[in-house]
Amino acid sequence: MQSARVAHLGPAVEALVIPFGALAVALLLFGLFMTVLGHDPLEVYALIYKGGFASSFSWQNTLSRAAPLILTALCVALPAQAGLMVIGSEGALVLGGLAAAVVGHQLGGMIPSVIKLAMAVAGMLVGGLWIALAGALRQYRGINETISSLLLNYIAIALFNHLVEGPLRDPASLNKPSTMPIPDVNMLGNLPGLDVHWGLGFGAIFCVAMYVLIKHTTHGFALRIVGGNARAARLAGLPVSKLVIVACFLGGAASGLAGMAEVAAVHGSANASLIAGYGYAGILVAFIARQNPLAIIPVAVFLGGISASGGMLQRRLDLPDATVLVLQGIAFLLILASETLYGRFKIFKPRETEPAAAVDKASSLIVQEVAR
Amino acid sequence: MSEANSYLNRRDVLKRLGAAGVVGALAPFGIRAALAADKLVVGVIYVGPRDDYGYNQAQAQAASAVKKLPGVTIIEQEKVPETNDVQKTMGSMIEQDGATLIFPTSFGYFDPHVIRMAEKYPKVRFAHCGGLWTEGKHPKNAGSYFGYIDECQYLNGIVAGFTSKTKKIGFIAAKPIPQVMRNINAFTLGAQSVDPKITTQLIITGDWSLPVKEAEAANSMIDQGVDVITCHVDSPKVIVETAERRAIYVCGYHADQTVLAPKGYLTGAEWNWVTPYTTHIQDAIAGKSMNNFLRGGLKEGFVKMSPYGKAVSEAARSKADSVKAAMVKGDYVVFKGPLKDNTGKTILAKGAAYQQTDPVLEQMNYLVEGVVGKA
Repeated sequence: MQSARVAHLGPAVEALVIPFGALAVALLLFGLFMTVLGHDPLEVYALIYKGGFASSFSWQNTLSRAAPLILTALCVALPAQAGLMVIGSEGALVLGGLAAAVVGHQLGGMIPSVIKLAMAVAGMLVGGLWIALAGALRQYRGINETISSLLLNYIAIALFNHLVEGPLRDPASLNKPSTMPIPDVNMLGNLPGLDVHWGLGFGAIFCVAMYVLIKHTTHGFALRIVGGNARAARLAGLPVSKLVIVACFLGGAASGLAGMAEVAAVHGSANASLIAGYGYAGILVAFIARQNPLAIIPVAVFLGGISASGGMLQRRLDLPDATVLVLQGIAFLLILASETLYGRFKIFKPRETEPAAAVDKASSLIVQEVAR
Repeated sequence: MSEANSYLNRRDVLKRLGAAGVVGALAPFGIRAALAADKLVVGVIYVGPRDDYGYNQAQAQAASAVKKLPGVTIIEQEKVPETNDVQKTMGSMIEQDGATLIFPTSFGYFDPHVIRMAEKYPKVRFAHCGGLWTEGKHPKNAGSYFGYIDECQYLNGIVAGFTSKTKKIGFIAAKPIPQVMRNINAFTLGAQSVDPKITTQLIITGDWSLPVKEAEAANSMIDQGVDVITCHVDSPKVIVETAERRAIYVCGYHADQTVLAPKGYLTGAEWNWVTPYTTHIQDAIAGKSMNNFLRGGLKEGFVKMSPYGKAVSEAARSKADSVKAAMVKGDYVVFKGPLKDNTGKTILAKGAAYQQTDPVLEQMNYLVEGVVGKA
């Protein structure tokens, strides 16, 4: 009983210590870099903390920036469970946002909550179908899904621009072509008590739901078998193509929902400002989170925090935006590199000969973690 | 046991490194003293890099010039997208840095971002670049500043008209929106004032910053015999460089690009944002109410021309200078009859004219005769 629990805890602790260790090393290296550039590294650290994490304002800043990334990362992480490398979240986001904008305007006079729901459904449906297309192309036509989803991004953006600047353009939007505006009453508000829009809530709920689906249902189990070995899954009688396409659909739906939240909570219509690279940033988040839906949340928050801190560094130290990209680059490189360390620390493995000692060790590690 | 120890040591090291990082981040000392309270803190936000040789650089040059004004602290942030990020950036400048005047410089920042923040922070002034502020519709603590840069594009056109030997000049544009079409038309009309036979080849790239497409467009125009080129994209850098490499001439836009093309740079249409920046800052310091709608051309000092390059002939200089002098006096009209669009439709009859401030010019949706291309 005890050793079973330890066997569970060891890897969990490992999964915390390794990335945080990598992050600490990254901060140190960044401090070194700043010192070379003639800045006081302690001041830089203090500003990073102040910009992203010190006050309720900075936390809300961080969370706002994280919100779209959580959903776009799911667009990568869900197909990845089935062994697919989909990078089409940008396309799903813009088309999902466009669908939501059209629905939000067309249904103008109905009950706001119905319209909000309809916008969310439209965004998810269009985003989902877009990525499902990449999955279907792979399953039925043997087209590499990474390439096809990347190309689908370009098609989506071209289609988006064509529609927004052409048939769907609000004639009153002269120098910034946009779709017809969504009436204010139908806009999504902020999360209660926060200056962060509902996209964050959607993302958190979506992540938890997908985690449960993948780890605790037979469908999720089947999906992971497909990801492990599609041929074996087929031999076992699993509907491989269906599972792959559904995973792609769910991923695309997450991205489409991100687009809907951007349109319905921020922009109020679909226009080129929606093409902001959230889809591409989501790829990064998914990889750092090792395609785990739950891990996506803290990683996205971390990335949001760095982006919030970056503004602080720019404003106070007159540093270019690229400085933050250096920190981000170092951090993510080290976190990815640290993956090779998994399983190499004996301390995280349960020792069958001395279970009691292992429990002590593990619990003391947890205490240390918490203390940090 | 010894092996376990060595792992422990490695972990220890990791732990210490981590602790050092966290302690560093938490250190209360070392933060630069918060921005001085008795100074006007002015925040400037750019959508792209400050050194883009284009739109953002023109704004950054003004920001850097007003740094010298007494009692002013400038804080800047670049590469802020037109999303929620810009709202948070404005909020950070206000909440964390104490800014009370903000220049959100990208056109796309206005609706909904500037409007929303102006409603949320009624004591802070938001001076947006563009012409979007409308009396009665938008908050009083927000405003627009913009310049009639088509005057400068007209002068560009005059110089291009004198310089071109093939009588084919080129314009690379980002999007077919009124603002851009006004520049294309002004450039063409300027050139045609020198020689009515001149045509303008138009290529629309589709977005504000697509360097690869811009270079391709420039190359394909040059292959077709275009020998003077100008543009309306966020950063003219690659277009100017491509023109120089292919040994043709180029007129700049947004900022001075002479250094990128010392041989082929003729002149350029530049913003002179120091004028509106200074007005807004002085009003804020004096406590005067905000001037919500600032506009001007060469006369008011909102736009200016780059110095002439070596390749510009005497004739071109004197013609351009005389038109410029008339514009500065305020008695030169760019859009006057007879004027036809490139489908043959009459825009203005002989004798009719659109004055510079005429709002109908802000809705321009046609290309004048002589422009080869479709919006």
